Amino acid sequence: MLFMRRSHSVLPGFGLALGFTLAYLSLLVLIPLSAAFARTFTISWEAFLAHVTAPRVVASLQLSFGAALAAAAVNAVFGLLVAWVLVRYRFPGRRVVDALVDLPFALPTAVAGIALTAIYAGNGWLGEPLLALTGVKVAFTPLGVFVALTFIGLPFVVRTVQPVLEDLEKELEEAAQSLGATPAQTFSRVILPTVMPALLTGFALAFARAVGEYGSVIFIAGNMPLVSEIAPLIIIAKLEQYDYAGATSVAVVMLVASFLLLLLVNLLQWWSRRYAENRD
Amino acid sequence: MASIASSAPLVRATARRRPVAWVPIVLVGVALAYLSLFLFVPLFAVFFEALRKGWGVYLAAIREPDAWSAVKLTLLAAAIAVPLNLVFGVAAAWAIAKFDFGGKSLLITLIDLPFSVSPVISGLIYVLMFGLQGWFGPWLAEHELKVVFAVPGIVLATVFVTFPFVARELIPLMQAQGREEEEAAVLLGANAWQLLWRVTLPNVKWGLLYGVILCNARAMGEFGAVSVVSGHVRGYTNTLPLHIEILYNEYNFAAAFACASLLALLALVTLVLKTAVESRQAREQRP
Amino acid sequence: MSIQVAGVSKHFGAFEALHDVSLEIAPGELVALLGPSGSGKTTLLRVIAGLEVPDAGRILFNGDDATDRRVQEREVGFVFQHYALFRHMTIFENVAFGLRVRPRALRPGEPEIARRVLRLLKLVQLDWLADRYPHQLSGGQRQRIALARALAIEPKVLLLDEPFGALDAKVRKELRRWLRRLHDEIHLTSVFVTHDQEEALEVADRVVVVNKGRIEQVGTPEEVYDHPATPFVYEFLGNVNVIESEGGRDYVRPHEIEVTAGPQSGSLAALVDHAVKIGPVVRLEVSRRDTGENLEVELPRDRFDRLGVETGAVVWLRPRRSRFFPQSAPHEAKIA
Repeated sequence: MLFMRRSHSVLPGFGLALGFTLAYLSLLVLIPLSAAFARTFTISWEAFLAHVTAPRVVASLQLSFGAALAAAAVNAVFGLLVAWVLVRYRFPGRRVVDALVDLPFALPTAVAGIALTAIYAGNGWLGEPLLALTGVKVAFTPLGVFVALTFIGLPFVVRTVQPVLEDLEKELEEAAQSLGATPAQTFSRVILPTVMPALLTGFALAFARAVGEYGSVIFIAGNMPLVSEIAPLIIIAKLEQYDYAGATSVAVVMLVASFLLLLLVNLLQWWSRRYAENRD
Repeated sequence: MASIASSAPLVRATARRRPVAWVPIVLVGVALAYLSLFLFVPLFAVFFEALRKGWGVYLAAIREPDAWSAVKLTLLAAAIAVPLNLVFGVAAAWAIAKFDFGGKSLLITLIDLPFSVSPVISGLIYVLMFGLQGWFGPWLAEHELKVVFAVPGIVLATVFVTFPFVARELIPLMQAQGREEEEAAVLLGANAWQLLWRVTLPNVKWGLLYGVILCNARAMGEFGAVSVVSGHVRGYTNTLPLHIEILYNEYNFAAAFACASLLALLALVTLVLKTAVESRQAREQRP
Repeated sequence: MSIQVAGVSKHFGAFEALHDVSLEIAPGELVALLGPSGSGKTTLLRVIAGLEVPDAGRILFNGDDATDRRVQEREVGFVFQHYALFRHMTIFENVAFGLRVRPRALRPGEPEIARRVLRLLKLVQLDWLADRYPHQLSGGQRQRIALARALAIEPKVLLLDEPFGALDAKVRKELRRWLRRLHDEIHLTSVFVTHDQEEALEVADRVVVVNKGRIEQVGTPEEVYDHPATPFVYEFLGNVNVIESEGGRDYVRPHEIEVTAGPQSGSLAALVDHAVKIGPVVRLEVSRRDTGENLEVELPRDRFDRLGVETGAVVWLRPRRSRFFPQSAPHEAKIA
């Protein structure tokens, strides 16, 4: 019964609207995406394995996934903090800060990339003191990749957690306090469990976005093979050498990972919906 | 920071026992420091670097012919991608929100798919379809048509990466509004066209505008997907973000940041419009 | 215009919303469809309006088959429970909508539209709100605007889905009396859905009691209240004592039990557990001495005072009226 109408409706245009939706979706998204998968079937299994287990490819996948995971984790912690501060405290410029949280959604990634490079380079505003004080280099190292991915993923956790915190009844906290809970206990036992589904959803969204990110990373990463080269860059490098089979193999690995993440996000959202319904 | 007024009972309750008014100050301070490191300083840096060598250099970089053709191509790609995805978004939201049919949640997931695909892969799939070694490559070459490394490829990649924006904004909004107003209109004699223009679209106008603003921002700023299909031909297949990359890689930092400042301005305008639309929407959605 | 519902059935997936429902509504009548939520009453209303297509059966308007007629052409006025006013239009534009969407040849001119809209707004006594938007109005005002909008297309039938459901108790009462008076003025064949028995009994000419997709009883308010045809109608309309007896159950209303201090022929003894004074009436909670069964009795305050009994006293009860339903499927006791 896929895409079959379940019951009659007096509203017009179902066939036209759904037909156009499915056609447009198929032509622009589904068919091109399956083309990538179909391409891998023209490659032998051994060749596919050889492509994706080459040391440079493995290193790049490790970097993309590792840095994305670290960035998403940092964003989970600080995103929760930012959401809390925006919901609970009134301070000058709060509305401006609130609006600017979405900057990574609106700012083109290339602009973010060169801006982050400029300030985190060895002679940059933040890079220079950091290097002098701790000896840590940010730009042109894996740490730079992490910084760019943190920027890109910043709004996700804030924007998924914020509405949940806004809905959180004050009574819950007050009840916990009246029962003798300390602020720390109130946070860990009452607030955190309530926002957990949203927090995990935001984490997964930030992670998924960061894994495939390209524009903001390539300027700051330095792109040294085996050290600071990300997986999307490997795909581009292979394409430039007309190694379509190699590019497609890496792409398919990343696509499968993205689809699994998408599935995870859907499960998390289903979970949080059920959680919200159970509370009522 | 003196005017921080805590409304959190968490803080108020403990304040009675011992003076901990510093808790909100510390939390706000840490949050702002974090946002500064990753958001505010980079944003400021764009404008600072752009104007570092003065207005003369800035204006020269923007007026340069290659920059102008990049701006024009960027506008063209957005001018095609945004209306297409707008029509798609309305059609998809109409079907999904106003009718019951099997596989609805699968369809919603598929519409969101482009968001979870790496931009580089979004470009790659069109190369695999229309490139010289792609499915339609030989046929296109025979007819002397060029999609990849040409303007059509850039438009296609832009449509792909901005595909879900309008639809995902409209679907929940129209689902929440239900079908009663449309049913009432039908009972009063309205036909399909009148229904769309007089009832449905006016009801979702702010959500629609919101989706269009975000869609446009992404269309004009897309880098990875466009980079793969562009071929980087100066003055011909360079969008503004790609032009910035070339300038940057040529160590022409002032010019790169000058062009970047245009896109950063666009981002700021986007955020202002978005905030304005959000507050309008919130006001109109009062029951 | 008369409405005839002939053998209508409707399923939603596995759920049977309507089972072979037949009903006739005379021209100018005001009929209530009364039933608990999920009974199918709203579905029946939507089938009449053409918003739902029945799986089987026909809908006839004035004897003409309207089952396949498009909603736009049915000339049905429909008032939604949550009003469904167009939120982006002024009150005036909401009421004018049905006239404005007419084909050009049938569309009245602008002065005519303004005249008709203002006449309708006066009819619902809200002409001073013409320039407002729906969200600026109270619930009761919105409901009256929804009614004016439905009347603007000069419908042959008026259908109202829980018209007072979303309003608070005081406004509900005012509005339903107002609706009754309005109906007496315009005499439009009207059907409204409600789950509130008081509302149905007070407003309607005839009440149709619906349960589990079937019609339990059709009758005047007096008929359905005084002579319930089925145990369901007994229990749904007002309070009732259900007394187990041989081969079935007796149904007795609390106010139809005579209470005396001493025994009479056919009366039985009961212990007063509790006496609650609710304004002019007193509700006694008693238990039968022979079976221990709990019963409820209602009697006027002055009668109770004259009786002079307290908690723990023994009283004698005799039903003035009761009805026996044999132990069987409830629908076999149905009176068509």
